[in-house]
Amino acid sequence: MTLTEISSNLLYAAFFAYLIATFVFGGAVKGNKKGTFNSEQRWGKVAITITVIGFLANLGYFFTRWIVSGHAPLSNMFEFTTAFGMTLVGGFIILYFLYKTPVLGMVVLPVALLIIAYASMFPSEVSPLIPALQTNWLAIHVSTVVIAEGILAMSAAAGLIYLLKVVDLSKKSKQRFWLEGILYFLVLVVGFVISSSYFTLTNYENTFQYVNKDDQEATIIYNMPPIFGMNESVPVTEDAMTPLVETPALVDASKLTTVTWSLLVGTVLYVLIRLITRRRISQLIQPLMKNVNLQLMDEINYRAVIIGFPLFTLGALVFAMIWAQITWSRFWGWDPKEVWALVTWLFYAAYLHLRLGKGWQGEKSAWLGVIGFAIIMFNLIVVNLIIAGLHSYA
Amino acid sequence: MENVQCQCGHTNPPGTKLCESCGRSLTEKDQNSKLVDMRYEGTARRSQTYNKSIIDKIWNFFSSVKVGVSIIVVLLVAAAIGTILPQQAFVPASTEATIQAYYADTYGSVGRVYHALGFHDLYSSYWFIALVGMLAISLVIASLDRFVPLYKSLKNQRVLRHPSFMDKQRIYGSGPGAEDALEKAETKLKELKYTVRTEKNGLLAEKGRFSRWGPYVNHIGLIIFLFGVMLRMMPGFYVDETLWLREGETRAIPEVPGYYLENKNFKLETYTGEGEDAKFGEAIDRVGTVVKNYQTDIVLYQEPEDSLPGATDNLEVVQEYPIRVNQPLKFDGYAVYQMDYKLNELKAMTFALTNKETEESLGELTIDLINPDALYELETGSTVELLGYYPDFSGFEDGEPQTATPLPNNPGFLVELTAPETPEGETSFITIQNTVEPLGENQYKLTFQNADTRNVSGLTVRKDSTLPILGLGGLIFMIGVAQGMYFNHRRFWIQQKADGTILLAGHTNKNWFGLKKDLDRVVDSAKLPAYTDQQDEIDKKEKAEKEGESSS
Repeated sequence: MTLTEISSNLLYAAFFAYLIATFVFGGAVKGNKKGTFNSEQRWGKVAITITVIGFLANLGYFFTRWIVSGHAPLSNMFEFTTAFGMTLVGGFIILYFLYKTPVLGMVVLPVALLIIAYASMFPSEVSPLIPALQTNWLAIHVSTVVIAEGILAMSAAAGLIYLLKVVDLSKKSKQRFWLEGILYFLVLVVGFVISSSYFTLTNYENTFQYVNKDDQEATIIYNMPPIFGMNESVPVTEDAMTPLVETPALVDASKLTTVTWSLLVGTVLYVLIRLITRRRISQLIQPLMKNVNLQLMDEINYRAVIIGFPLFTLGALVFAMIWAQITWSRFWGWDPKEVWALVTWLFYAAYLHLRLGKGWQGEKSAWLGVIGFAIIMFNLIVVNLIIAGLHSYA
Repeated sequence: MENVQCQCGHTNPPGTKLCESCGRSLTEKDQNSKLVDMRYEGTARRSQTYNKSIIDKIWNFFSSVKVGVSIIVVLLVAAAIGTILPQQAFVPASTEATIQAYYADTYGSVGRVYHALGFHDLYSSYWFIALVGMLAISLVIASLDRFVPLYKSLKNQRVLRHPSFMDKQRIYGSGPGAEDALEKAETKLKELKYTVRTEKNGLLAEKGRFSRWGPYVNHIGLIIFLFGVMLRMMPGFYVDETLWLREGETRAIPEVPGYYLENKNFKLETYTGEGEDAKFGEAIDRVGTVVKNYQTDIVLYQEPEDSLPGATDNLEVVQEYPIRVNQPLKFDGYAVYQMDYKLNELKAMTFALTNKETEESLGELTIDLINPDALYELETGSTVELLGYYPDFSGFEDGEPQTATPLPNNPGFLVELTAPETPEGETSFITIQNTVEPLGENQYKLTFQNADTRNVSGLTVRKDSTLPILGLGGLIFMIGVAQGMYFNHRRFWIQQKADGTILLAGHTNKNWFGLKKDLDRVVDSAKLPAYTDQQDEIDKKEKAEKEGESSS
């Protein structure tokens, strides 16, 4: 086995460990019906052991890949997103040893799994660094950011648990709607992973020629059956499906097709769950939250921000500015990624002022934590893939 | 408004909630509440006291947390809007009109509206800068409004507080105590690194007061940072110039008096996918070429001090250096960065003067495309006179040839060819693809032989004297954040009445768990009476009432 193979096998190992641990954590929480916490502690111990083993494998993946490629594996969409999944789990492990909260594992691990699965939909081969990235600041800046985001995500996880417990699901309300919305979004990510994996495994390929927005001829390979076609597209592959709808040059129809497939598959999945169980997903999860200590969740929510915020400032603004000054001759240039780092930072600044100055604790704080994570995910997905800039990875 | 006289005789400034001297509640509301509001120590904040003049109103507006957070949120939303479409700096157009047309052509009606609203240059728009200015004002005013009274109050705090102040603290206890209880408590508290002051029958123990300044320190850091950003508008603090330097060329560095830069060689390397790059083979196969390095080997020269300005004949070599991405050349407060490049720019073109019929050559001439000569004399006595040179020929306008840029991308030459057979001369217009003979059929023509090319390096010259200020601002911000978030201010007040009864109260700005842990150790060692967390009791009571309601 080459080191490259070892590296990717370690990532698989980590993935499966997290998958198993998710269910064991779920069992630990579910087994605690009487609220005595005895069985929760026992199964929690098993689950955290599996998680730690997975995390060690994950670290193994990270450092072996570092050795193979000769640079910190934080340089493209696959590498950054997997690292984000890893820091999520790392953040959770620290919290578990501080607060012994299996319920947090039941929420964080599936999200980490989704993120790692999402990452693996991107090209994962070891790729060379362009000149701008050939510096130690790559490791310093990106690792600080990814750790900070992993910690900030803990705030959202604690917030989500808080909301799942306190939001009254028997009555129609805005809270109920948005809470279900968050869970629906997670199902959509599953939809993306399922549809991408299916078409990748079946080797779907469909090539078109089209006219891009600069009026140049170009070719594009679709890896999913084309729902939307590129501007003035002409099929190259014979006997393949032709697009249902043509789009103007401005729209990247291939990305739009991917999004649409994910939406379709995700929504079908969601509707199936609703039809079979006759319940909202939030209703399915809520009983598991019965024994959650709300004060503790609020505390974790806040603690995560006061550790994550300074770290984020350091990584995403201070180190970023130093590197930008060295590489691009200016520390700030209003590049979309820079702007979104600022947006994230301003958001958490507002969170802290509202919490400390206006007494926004408990449910309000929980919502803010969840919104913060939504901004981070927007930054990761939309800004990287759609709003292209100097940081565009894909 | 009038000063507030407390029962203890102390005169407090208007708006005070807790007497500065003894801590009694001064307003009816505070007197009736179970716990005292300890934020800002119950001092008179200007914003909470005066609301008459315009200045009061402005002060109150900017000192409000609600307004501050609103400004943050508006800024956040505005910043995000600026990323919906690319800003004008990232758009391949340079004039007002072409930029406007670009947005309209590329993004349709959305682009037109975006441009009309000024969002194409959002971050330098007046309203965006005004918002940042408002944030800065809010930072200053909100900090002063809180810091000044808080500082005074903590500096002048008295050891002995009135019992009504003590029993309205969240942590409170009272009961009999031993004679030496105070002394023992003092020893233990000192052991726990508290600063202890005693007066008559009481003590005040305090730890970590500096953490209270954290928010103000980090705000000062931000103000310094914003000040640094503003400073760059001042002349002399900031230089940002582009310098295109061809291989072999020496040019004065723009905005850097007395310095010259020579481009000895420019090179571009790509990943081969072989040898030590073999591990990248798969990725290179997928995406095509990936640039590994580009660099300009330069020589930096300086004019000797006594030389005439502009004289370049006796330049002194300062240093030789390969400028690469991430490795700028630094000298004398300036930095030169490798930013861009252009490969194979035309340098010179060689033609032969040939007879069109016989194809006989009367000699060759080489035209330097940067500094062409006016007249080229060939060995055979023939001449080629350059009547007009159009480095980037873009077509004719009113019969006149035009050039789009001064760069030799598509050179056009208007020449007069004189050979022994044609002493009057023949006019010809030559571009790379073809020859036009505007004044009738010629006997001679210039035949293209070959061209020399060279690389051009795109460099950025930068000086930013504000960087140390920005760095200082950032450092102070980080220190302030750590100071305020990771430390806390704990205080205990302990008194012993004449009958031996001990009163004890505690307060912290956060982490009550840590405060109780300290207090437990003091209570244990000095045998003080047990204390309660009155907030917990209030919460419990509320909860019980709620449950009572729902079950009934």
